[in-house]
Amino acid sequence: MSLTLTPNIANADDFYAELLAIHEGRSKAESDALNARLILILANHIGDRAVLREALAAASQVANEET
Amino acid sequence: MNKIFETPLYPYARSADQDVAEPVRHKAVVVGAGPIGLGAAIDLAQQGIEVVVVDDNDKVSWGSRAICFAKRPLEILDRLGCGHPMVDKGVVWNQGKVFFDTRQVYDFNLLPEDGHEFPAFINLQQYYFEEYLLNRLRELETEGASIELRGNNKVLKVEDKGDHTTVLIDTPEGPYTVEADWLIACDGAASPIRSMLGLDFVGRIFEDNFLIADVIMEAEFPTERWFWFDPPFNKGQSALLHKQPDGVWRIDLQLGWDIDKEEEKKPENVIPRLKAMLGDDVKFDLEWVSIYTFQCRRMEKFRHNRVIFAGDAAHQVSPFGARGANSGLQDTDNLIWKLKLVIDGLAPESLLDSYDVERVHGADENILNSSRSTDFITPKSDISRGFRDAVLDLSEHYEFARPLVNSGRLSVPCTYDGSALNTPDALPGGPERSRPGSSCSDAPLDEGYLLQRLGNDFTLMAINTDAPAELEESGIKVGSLSLYSEALDPALAERYLGEAQSAVYLIRPDQHVAARWEKFDEAATRAAIRRAIGKE
Repeated sequence: MSLTLTPNIANADDFYAELLAIHEGRSKAESDALNARLILILANHIGDRAVLREALAAASQVANEET
Repeated sequence: MNKIFETPLYPYARSADQDVAEPVRHKAVVVGAGPIGLGAAIDLAQQGIEVVVVDDNDKVSWGSRAICFAKRPLEILDRLGCGHPMVDKGVVWNQGKVFFDTRQVYDFNLLPEDGHEFPAFINLQQYYFEEYLLNRLRELETEGASIELRGNNKVLKVEDKGDHTTVLIDTPEGPYTVEADWLIACDGAASPIRSMLGLDFVGRIFEDNFLIADVIMEAEFPTERWFWFDPPFNKGQSALLHKQPDGVWRIDLQLGWDIDKEEEKKPENVIPRLKAMLGDDVKFDLEWVSIYTFQCRRMEKFRHNRVIFAGDAAHQVSPFGARGANSGLQDTDNLIWKLKLVIDGLAPESLLDSYDVERVHGADENILNSSRSTDFITPKSDISRGFRDAVLDLSEHYEFARPLVNSGRLSVPCTYDGSALNTPDALPGGPERSRPGSSCSDAPLDEGYLLQRLGNDFTLMAINTDAPAELEESGIKVGSLSLYSEALDPALAERYLGEAQSAVYLIRPDQHVAARWEKFDEAATRAAIRRAIGKE
């Protein structure tokens, strides 16, 4: 298995709205904590260390290009 | 006061070495009579090597200090003849609880594996630990072993003379010099010997202070390790409560970096902190208070010609995971048999370089683990704290997050994977845990336990097959242990056979596996012995 970087979520707009919805009415600190919990839950679901490493690299890569 | 750690147990006494014109040459001089120095000296004496131990003090450890001793060091101490007094006195524990803020987020049981003579962990004050080592040293002395402990002997200067080291020692009656064929420096994290030789000690300093207090109380707390992240009584910091023998409790409170150490140590400041933790109605006495900071670092090399460093003198870790004294005992366990062979002319001096390789590997493993624990316990950035708190919050609700909680990864024996002394694994289907380089797991025999039958010499262990009762290679006598299936405990089969029908193990004097095969093969065995003593 390798990291999926092509569209993979059905009804992507709905998911995006749900993602924003859980942050609604929360402070920055609460939202940061929620994001951290979410990352950990998703990471555990993936489980595969190779895929996780690819995901960490893919996310870092974009940040490196921005700076 | 009559506390053991306030009693001079090896007071200064004039040595004949102080009254001679020419310095006396000793086979081995051990500097430091802490847990590692005493362990080294006992091991040397048991191997028949003449040894002098010098210490700048004359008492056991002041206060409890190292309190948590793991199975492997207890097994090593048993080989040294003093494992059982430690266990008899120590507090055996398996349970732990983790708290976050005001809530208990989960509890755990170490679930130690059955079929071992020694428990996974005991808690024991370092002063008792040292006292039992001293008792063993005195016992060897009585039996006529050449082992001498000199109190209030402070090393002032060491000089590398190529084939020996000169040691200038100060005493209450003035200085004198001795020579050492081999000098083993077990003089602690601040090792004066290391400084005298101008050697490096690099690594990472953690900017934090911890208050440790030994409290005597009649309390209802169970025999468990309790760890708090961010508790109400120590906001933003951590805390630890652990039971020791004699109704003494160890309390660790993280204080942060910017504090006045002398102020914080005063009872009028310590007692309110403890009351906030224990409750106003708990009566307690303070036995000992200290403040420590810590670093994770090691020397680049542990061997410097004929000066060899062991324990905290060679490497230092944070206390989380009990990897300090526990790893130091594994150092001398690794070193002394090699030194014995070199002194006896049976192995090349280069065998000692394998001490460097194997124990640097052990130190790196400990530094890695204890640095990670420290980063979890004392996050150094907002994002690090954010993830830490997220893990703790999740761990209360979801099992998956619990393995991520890191309040210390407890010391486990090091496997010397990749060591040049190992012969490549030749036991198809053999269990991973007993591969070459690993330390032998204990297992029950018909009478007693396996590890009682291993160690001090090379041993050929044959399971369900034949191996010669005696074998000599390169002047090394190899003992044998023959075990057949009618007498095999399932634990032994599981730990040493796995899928294999039979096995022959070559086991080093430190109870680590050097080689393994399915059947005895004389040529292969001889080659493996030569390899294990640095001759191939």
